[in-house]
Amino acid sequence: MYRGQSGMFSWWFHRISGLGILLFLLLHIVDITLLGFGPTVYNDVISIFSTWYIRIATLFLVAAVLYHAYNGVRIILVDFWPKGGVKYQRAMFYSVLVATVASWVPFAVYIVAPIFGGCLQSGGCQ
Amino acid sequence: MAKSVTQDTPAKERTSPISRPATYGAASKPRGGFELFSWYFFRISGVILIFLVIIHLLLMHVTNDVSKTVYDFVAARYQNPFWRVYDLVLETLALLHGLNGLRIVIDDNIRSHGWRLLAQSTIWVMALTFWLMGMMTIITFHPGETGGIMNLFGLLK
Repeated sequence: MYRGQSGMFSWWFHRISGLGILLFLLLHIVDITLLGFGPTVYNDVISIFSTWYIRIATLFLVAAVLYHAYNGVRIILVDFWPKGGVKYQRAMFYSVLVATVASWVPFAVYIVAPIFGGCLQSGGCQ
Repeated sequence: MAKSVTQDTPAKERTSPISRPATYGAASKPRGGFELFSWYFFRISGVILIFLVIIHLLLMHVTNDVSKTVYDFVAARYQNPFWRVYDLVLETLALLHGLNGLRIVIDDNIRSHGWRLLAQSTIWVMALTFWLMGMMTIITFHPGETGGIMNLFGLLK
């Protein structure tokens, strides 16, 4: 029993994105623990984040976080807005998709630019 | 009108965190007990996490490029206790929010009581272990010192 066609995909993707973020979080706690091993070790490992393939992977993480956040807000609205929530849940789902893509693009530009030698940050890249 | 699986399930079966019936996403708001707490926890921690996570992502990837988030960058930030508290709250809420979600995914997908118990126990152990690891780093980090507790393992000279 699902509420509408979009309901199934939105719920399923909410779970997938959540699990993906959780998996990343567990790895992230491990890599931050390396701070205890001193600057050489820590910086060596952190430099992996700057490689082009990890930058691409970061794009997936950012997309997952944004979708999960927006869809989470949609879920809260459906739960706490008795009349409108269920009625507009499909429209809200499309808004979630649009918001995810729209806010993901600026992140993507900042994260991917250094691969091509560009750098949007004032502090420099690499 | 079809009732949800949750409403059809006897109350006793619904309140145990381990024997929560599989609802495949069709659950309505739980009646009480731990599941109700979990339901509210997701939503409240979720709203807080939206701000904590997005700001974290902005700081690490937008205002600074990730290549600049090196040891000294962390050391400078952690001189201000605000960022230690921020990261602690972020870590705690994210871990609990995420592992609670994992608990529900397991509840929905593993039928056998024995395997479910094993999986849930693993989640608790993971929660404790990773939370303590993160907390240890955030609280005890001091630049220039290789972490005290690491010396216990004889890994550092």
